[in-house]
Amino acid sequence: MHYFDHAATTPPYPEVIQTLTDIMSLYYGNPSALHRAGEDAAKLLKKAREVCAAALSALPSEIVFTSGATEGNNMAIKGAAMHYQSRGRHLITAVTEHPSVYQAFRQLEELGWEVTWMPVAGDGTVDPAALAEHVRKDTVLVSIMHVNNETGAVQPLEDIGRRIKEKNSRVLFHVDGVQGFGKLPVSLQNWQADLYTLSAHKFKGPKGAGIMYVKQGVQLYPLIAGGSQEGGYRGGTENVAAAAAVAKAMRLSAERQAEFYERARRLRDILVHHIADMPELMLNSSEHGAPHIIHFSYPGLKPEVLVHTLEEGGFLVSTKSACSSKSSEPSRTLIEMGRNADEAASGIRISLGWEHTEAEVRELGAALKSAVAQLAPMTGRKG
Amino acid sequence: MTVKPTYDMLLLRFGEFTLKGKNRNRFEKSILQHVRALLKPYPDVNILKEYGRLYVRLNGHPFEPVLADLKKVFGIVSISPVKVCPSELESIVSSALQFMSETSLAPSTTFKVNARRVWKAFPHSSQDMNHLVGSPLLRAFPQLSVNVKEPELELRVEIREDRTYLFHESIQGAGGFPLGTNGKAMLLLSGGIDSPVAAYSAMRRGLEVECVHFYSYPFTSQQAKEKVIELAGILSQYSGTLKLHLVPFTEVQTSFTGIGQDNLIITFMRRAMLRIATRLAEREGALALVTGESLGQVASQTLPSMNVIGRATELPLLRPLITADKHEIIALSKEIGTYDTSIQPFEDCCTLFIPKSPTTNPNLRIVQKVEATLPGLSDKLEQAVEQTETLVITPDQWASTHTQGKESVIREEWF
Repeated sequence: MHYFDHAATTPPYPEVIQTLTDIMSLYYGNPSALHRAGEDAAKLLKKAREVCAAALSALPSEIVFTSGATEGNNMAIKGAAMHYQSRGRHLITAVTEHPSVYQAFRQLEELGWEVTWMPVAGDGTVDPAALAEHVRKDTVLVSIMHVNNETGAVQPLEDIGRRIKEKNSRVLFHVDGVQGFGKLPVSLQNWQADLYTLSAHKFKGPKGAGIMYVKQGVQLYPLIAGGSQEGGYRGGTENVAAAAAVAKAMRLSAERQAEFYERARRLRDILVHHIADMPELMLNSSEHGAPHIIHFSYPGLKPEVLVHTLEEGGFLVSTKSACSSKSSEPSRTLIEMGRNADEAASGIRISLGWEHTEAEVRELGAALKSAVAQLAPMTGRKG
Repeated sequence: MTVKPTYDMLLLRFGEFTLKGKNRNRFEKSILQHVRALLKPYPDVNILKEYGRLYVRLNGHPFEPVLADLKKVFGIVSISPVKVCPSELESIVSSALQFMSETSLAPSTTFKVNARRVWKAFPHSSQDMNHLVGSPLLRAFPQLSVNVKEPELELRVEIREDRTYLFHESIQGAGGFPLGTNGKAMLLLSGGIDSPVAAYSAMRRGLEVECVHFYSYPFTSQQAKEKVIELAGILSQYSGTLKLHLVPFTEVQTSFTGIGQDNLIITFMRRAMLRIATRLAEREGALALVTGESLGQVASQTLPSMNVIGRATELPLLRPLITADKHEIIALSKEIGTYDTSIQPFEDCCTLFIPKSPTTNPNLRIVQKVEATLPGLSDKLEQAVEQTETLVITPDQWASTHTQGKESVIREEWF
């Protein structure tokens, strides 16, 4: 079976699994406990925090371990909104954000916050100048993702960060970095990001674990009240083994980012050529997008049909994002990018990982071609 | 990019004791021992002794870490990184040029050359040398101008028969008296901020210090004891080696509870500690006790309390921090590197069984009377002395166990 759904989740590095199992079996103490076992666990947690911080050129005290991106995004957005509500009740985000960001903003709207939803261009990117126009005195937070999970569109974060801070230096800038880390260069300093969210299973770490970067001096209202773990931002016994595994995966992914980019980019170009050869398919990923995500629509065909057909040939791909692939609604992201309902309801995502070879990608291209040839007569396309 | 000069040696100058003719030898020997102990981690450097001075030959080793360690040697007032060259005019001039090119100079710097011809057979006088070295420097470095009264940079040239030294910096050393040249004392080391600073202050006055720590396991945690071992390790960098006596205090301490004199518990406890420390001092040949007490800081450090507590020993009680403010003590503890360890939150035996209202004005007669009625107190004190465990901590051994201890849990391959 050929797995091509790395934007949904990645197989962990073997070294990460080793870290996880070693630490789980050897150092199961509660890091808050007073005894030796607790102290040992606390040491490992401290080391994990240092390694994560180094991978982002941040301080250990700026790293908060979370259960993943959904928690991180909720914590960043709602936590910042609640803590800084005395500054104002206005927020800005983009219409194509991941559901964990999108829904957090929807909740805040229900609580009486005003949210400016920035539109995107046909390539899926936000216009930084237009965004900065909306920054006001009472704007508390701007949240923009690094890489779109469906189309791979890359947002101009440096430009956005600079413009919003120029307009109002107190505005906090949150970046949902989930699909970008390990694939593209990350510079929280250049982006002027105050908050940054990652999920470990997107870069070959364990599921149910992630980190959030909280810039020194930034405060958050804790969503999970409890013990004073994680600087009080997040109560609950820390998952020490997972934290160490996250650290390991972060270090490896950061070290190998440039190499990954080159590899994935080459494979992506091959696939894009295949897709361009088929007039039935419509490419949604832009040339300037992330190297590992290829997204296209097959108007007139329910995308699950293509997913199942490819699976029979041994290839696992995805319809839009995994998080919402079981609903048959058209993709919000594609609609916002200006696609019609038919185009937006027929998207397919292929996402690449370290394991893929050129031969494998060519096989996938061929399988796609034969699937399209097989299915074309059954589509409702006219002409 | 500024280039650091490549130094060949560090020149160590001795302090105030040089005035004291007869003891000089003993003092210099103590410094030499201390320097030797601190240089153990640098097998490639060696020591050269000259009259009234020590030189540390770097043999290619970077000078910064060595300098940082040598700043912990008591009795050394200043340290100069030195460039060495043969005692010939040509090499002295070319070395001076080299030296200056490696020193980062501000756009305009005033300077002078201060040459000293120790070797009288050298063909040029000190005065001549100032010009012979200064002129080529002035030509080569347009940012330099001469100011003989108050130069920003004074290049010193010391010409001796076998070699010439060039230097311009004089970095402050630890000062004080060489270690142990003023006798030996027993110091009560708690896990707090004050007592390690008191230890440092006592050592700086030439006292050899042995530390006594009282622990009350299981009322105090194992970590509290380890914290004290760590503090002793940090202090051992200043003393070469350090003896740490670990006294099991639980029996003695618990014997004071339940006698209905809660507000005096601290007084009893402190007196018991002094008695045990006195016994250990006698055993080890120490002639004083040192504490980290600072006047008025807590109930046991009021003058009436110190009076009653102090009478438990006949040895002189030295309190180097007695008039120091808390912020001064904290600043010094940060400087000597004990602060971060001291503030780790593990209870020591002094914070146990603290009564709601400890007395600040104990009555000596009552205290003595109650102590006399306590059955077996002196036996318990005796037993505590007997069961005392003694560790000898050296800086290199501490450094290695310390880093091992830190890394023992962490396997690099996991991260």
